[in-house]
Amino acid sequence: MTLVSRIAALNAEYAAAIDDDRLEEWPAFFVEDCLYKITSADNLRDGNEAGIVFADSRAMLADRVLALRRANIYERQTYRHIISTPRVIDAGGIIAETPFLVVRTMRDGRMDLFVAGRYRDRLVVDAGGLRLAERLVICDSSHFDTLVAIPL
Amino acid sequence: MDQVGQWTHGLTRVPFPVYQDPAVLDQEQRLVFEGPVWNYLCLETDIPGHGDWRTTFVGRMPVVVVRTETGKIAGFENRCLHRGALICLDNAGNSKNFTCVYHAWRYDLSGTLKSVAFGKGVNGRGGMPDSFRIGDHVTRTLRIECFSGLVFGTFSDAVVDLETFIGPEVAAALRLTASRPLKVIGRFTEVLPNNWKLYAENVRDTYHASLLHVFFATFRINRLSQGGGVSVSDSGACHVSTTLAPTQDTDSAYAGMRSVDDGLHLSDPSMLDAEDEHGDRVRQQILSVFPNFAMQRTYNVMAIRQFVPRGVDKTDLNWIYLGYADDTPGLRRRRLKQLNLAGPAGFVSMEDGCIGNFVERGAVAAPHGVSLLEMGGGGTESQDTRATETAIRGFWKMWRGMMGQ
Repeated sequence: MTLVSRIAALNAEYAAAIDDDRLEEWPAFFVEDCLYKITSADNLRDGNEAGIVFADSRAMLADRVLALRRANIYERQTYRHIISTPRVIDAGGIIAETPFLVVRTMRDGRMDLFVAGRYRDRLVVDAGGLRLAERLVICDSSHFDTLVAIPL
Repeated sequence: MDQVGQWTHGLTRVPFPVYQDPAVLDQEQRLVFEGPVWNYLCLETDIPGHGDWRTTFVGRMPVVVVRTETGKIAGFENRCLHRGALICLDNAGNSKNFTCVYHAWRYDLSGTLKSVAFGKGVNGRGGMPDSFRIGDHVTRTLRIECFSGLVFGTFSDAVVDLETFIGPEVAAALRLTASRPLKVIGRFTEVLPNNWKLYAENVRDTYHASLLHVFFATFRINRLSQGGGVSVSDSGACHVSTTLAPTQDTDSAYAGMRSVDDGLHLSDPSMLDAEDEHGDRVRQQILSVFPNFAMQRTYNVMAIRQFVPRGVDKTDLNWIYLGYADDTPGLRRRRLKQLNLAGPAGFVSMEDGCIGNFVERGAVAAPHGVSLLEMGGGGTESQDTRATETAIRGFWKMWRGMMGQ
């Protein structure tokens, strides 16, 4: 498989885990010492470091899933990730950018284009497979409707 | 204006039409946002140099805030005096003057109209009549005051000075927060599907924090049985609520409630490693300035929340995440990690994004219904507990006075 195909396959599994509500499987797409951040194009341009989600360990990702399951209150909703073809920026360091859309469907049937953006990833080969060392979720807009519970 | 719904029982009942009636939103623009209040506009550090400007809002009115050639801060309505188009189109920038893109009417940095394109016509034809005088056309300007690095503006000549308006408790908290130069480290907007007042109430609602935001209580970040209280300014307009670091491990007031789940623990509790950077044991502090501003400290999180009404049932909540310019890398990293607690995806704030809409939907067919606010009595006095709705009643005291309700 080409590198592009391998990254695309990872993204397909990543999206399915989230969209099928198998959130407990989501942290395993990352290495233990990872970085996952949700930010926006404007914040990136302005050099603003903060994200709306910022995790610097796989354990923090697991904690977010635990909080979503047990502590946080939000109306039942699902995502549908539509992930485009990865663009490999650096094959050696395995750095890639991949555009995505997320459609959010609420329990009452309302459906919205929730987020458009791109993943900027640094991947590593870990135990024979690709894992995310860094996933920067760069949303095209800095506006988010209502709340962001489920990860992007 | 006419009474909106039935106001009874002092400040402890709020008729639902105040959140639902489009006519109220129009009245609020004139009587509240453009009335005797101080609106949060931006940070001084947003416009450090001459000609630096930012666009923001006073209620629904677009405004420009700019540092002029003299170093003074000016603010004016972002509306061309010719046809009403926006004068400034971006979020921020630097200019020597402002020119409307539509017909190139030009303004100086204070918003004063300076020239009109083709005012004398072209080749002796067209142009403005002799009766037209530039000086007759005046941009609406804000009176500006700054406090602790924050820029506020008002259209009122009657309002008291800013420091008197916010009161001594809020002033003291803001002074401490701005004791070092502030730095913006993130800007996000949460689009709330509810009337702006439901959010203004929410930030003053010390009662809900540990009950709706279960993450707090479950991980023992904040319980009402921890020390702290709420101060309300005399006018009711402003408040500051404080939660101190806990001095005991367990308490019994939450027995049997959803918010208790002692089995939970974080796999990576480093998110909650905090520095007591001000030496005051404050774990959580929320303060508000009527009508559109709140600021929080949660551990090492510092965040401004500006609320901008977009429609009767739509509000932009602008989050401005702050650090200090001289943060050590370690302290900055703490802020970035603890910001998981705040904002649109925050462990102890995401529920505030949807709860106002739950009220909107619950009360949609209840024009004669009321919201009930009796926790902690019927007054607006400061209280040494957070099991109270005193600061929400303070909001309504101010709002009703301005709206003649």
